[in-house]
Amino acid sequence: MTWRRLWAVARKESIQLRRDPRSLALAFAIPALLLVLFGYAISLDVRNLDLAVLDQSRSEASRRLVSTFTSSGYFRVVAQLEAAAEVATTLERGRALLVLTIPPDFEHRLAGGGGAPVQILLDGSDANTATIARNYAQAIVAGFQGAAGPLVEPRTRIWYNETLESRNTIVPGLIAVIMSIIAAMLTALTIAREWERGTMEQLAATPVRRSEVVLGKLLPYVAIGIVDVVAAVLAGRLVFDVPLRGSVVLLAGLSLLFLVAALSWGLFVSAALKSQLLATQAALLTTYLPALLLSGFIFSIAAMPLTLQLATLIVPARYFVAITRGIFLKDVGLAVLWPEALALLVFAVGAVGLALRSFRKQLA
Amino acid sequence: MPEAVVARDLTRLFGRFVAVDGVSFTVSTGEIFGFLGPNGAGKTTTIRMLTGLLPPTRGEAAVAGHDVRDASGAVRAQIGYMSQLFSLYGDLTVDENIRLFGGLYGLRGARLAERRTWALELANLADRRRTLTRDLPLGWKQRLALGCATMHEPPILFLDEPTSGVDPASRRRFWDMIDELAERGTTVLVSTHYMEEAEYCHRLALMNRGRLIALDRPAALRGALGQPVLELLTDAPSRAVEALRGAEGVVEVGLFGRMVHVMPRDAAAVAAALPRMLAAAGRRVDRLRTIEPSLEDVFVALVRREGGAAVG
Repeated sequence: MTWRRLWAVARKESIQLRRDPRSLALAFAIPALLLVLFGYAISLDVRNLDLAVLDQSRSEASRRLVSTFTSSGYFRVVAQLEAAAEVATTLERGRALLVLTIPPDFEHRLAGGGGAPVQILLDGSDANTATIARNYAQAIVAGFQGAAGPLVEPRTRIWYNETLESRNTIVPGLIAVIMSIIAAMLTALTIAREWERGTMEQLAATPVRRSEVVLGKLLPYVAIGIVDVVAAVLAGRLVFDVPLRGSVVLLAGLSLLFLVAALSWGLFVSAALKSQLLATQAALLTTYLPALLLSGFIFSIAAMPLTLQLATLIVPARYFVAITRGIFLKDVGLAVLWPEALALLVFAVGAVGLALRSFRKQLA
Repeated sequence: MPEAVVARDLTRLFGRFVAVDGVSFTVSTGEIFGFLGPNGAGKTTTIRMLTGLLPPTRGEAAVAGHDVRDASGAVRAQIGYMSQLFSLYGDLTVDENIRLFGGLYGLRGARLAERRTWALELANLADRRRTLTRDLPLGWKQRLALGCATMHEPPILFLDEPTSGVDPASRRRFWDMIDELAERGTTVLVSTHYMEEAEYCHRLALMNRGRLIALDRPAALRGALGQPVLELLTDAPSRAVEALRGAEGVVEVGLFGRMVHVMPRDAAAVAAALPRMLAAAGRRVDRLRTIEPSLEDVFVALVRREGGAAVG
């Protein structure tokens, strides 16, 4: 292997990349789009849930209960209902997610100290949101009844993400998803494109070695990946206010490891399938989708059925999501993250090996 | 003279299809060696086997003394190759392509600079060095491809239909470049389906359906029929061909433009009988003369002698 030939390939690849608007868009516009989409638009937090109120008590106490709901920030009153008959239609038409019914004797029973039940009906068609809304509502009602409440009251405190902002867990995980996309879309094209255009035949007739082609093609994409990671980390820190508590050096090193694994996998797929269309689809299926669904990025791995949990073991993004969250939020180092780091190392070495093996300089 | 390329019983199958069938030949150093034949004759497959791009199914071949089966970097440093379709990088400029191949062939520093200048001059593209390659006319692209394939001054050059689809003037210019390289001692193996180009080769391998049907100097091949060809101008050429096919003393008859070419067993006898034979078919002879056989005549006659039809 000589650096001269490797460098010639890397240089050629980066010139081509620079002149290809489609690749540039994939390399920079898509990550930016994802960052905005996940950072702003998609929030897993529940806020301003639509609440309808049927206040049959019309008392000072019932007004206090409603204002406790609205002042929590989790609910806003979208409708004041007049009759019990309206409750069902309100939920049916989706005008409100939940309906709070306060019975006529509410104030009276509250004053009596024997507990004053209220009814909360929830639209369960979005189970996640309904569950969260129910928990919030129960907590508010329990707090309101305070004096008559349970004798033992748990005082919970959340660590690492004190305000339970989903953004704080999304942005670190997003780095893994973004890099999986680059691998899926960019490197999957490169070798297949050369076979399709016939340039591989000319390349294959030169003394250039397989390793020089594969590593030479990898280099420019690693550079793009680094730019994307740095941009995503900076955006997370400066735009989305996600705390970065751990070691930047460790984050950089492990990101590089993940990059090499993901990009080499794309090269492997490209070399093995020799068709841009097939390679892109295969790469999407094998890297991007698992990174999105099976990495713990959105869906908690612990909450998955056992078979899916086992499947996540071969998803590199799973380990990288754990790493970014650990470094960003918990300030943990290799002493804790070594199993994940080791897994990434295995994936990186394996993927480079596969790419080298599957790329042949012969035509048939 | 030492042998640049030796092929012995070279065979390649694709499934059950025999693309190249037991081809043997030897190419001397400094020779311009041509493969002539229609599409599908096995020229490209033969060249791909010699360049190590395709492993032979049977037989063996050595290029610059190295077995093509273990075509490592050592062999590839000795050869230049231009594939059938244009296969440089269209999204790179002329100069970037030249630099890329210089780098792939391991050139650097002053030598790289010198060879870059040389390649630009050879291709006559010095004032187009910053043009994107895809924007060049095909003939110019092929000159550039030749420049790139010879950056490292390879002693042996493989050109697979380098002038296919290129206009005649550019073809002439391209062959000047090949001559120039051959004069410096480069061995050139070139395939073509243009008969007039074949004349520029020192020796020609005629190929049809994967087989080597003749191998000799162009002049010797033309004389191989042993008889001149009768060239006939008539009022209805295609009818005349029908009338003469299979007629007594006629080996082969074919249409060349408006002219009918008749390959006779005995030229004098057939020339004498022709007007009578055509008159019987209601055709008229406007002009009849004997000419030296062209390579195409030879090719057609040889294929006929083999008992088959040319693919193409």
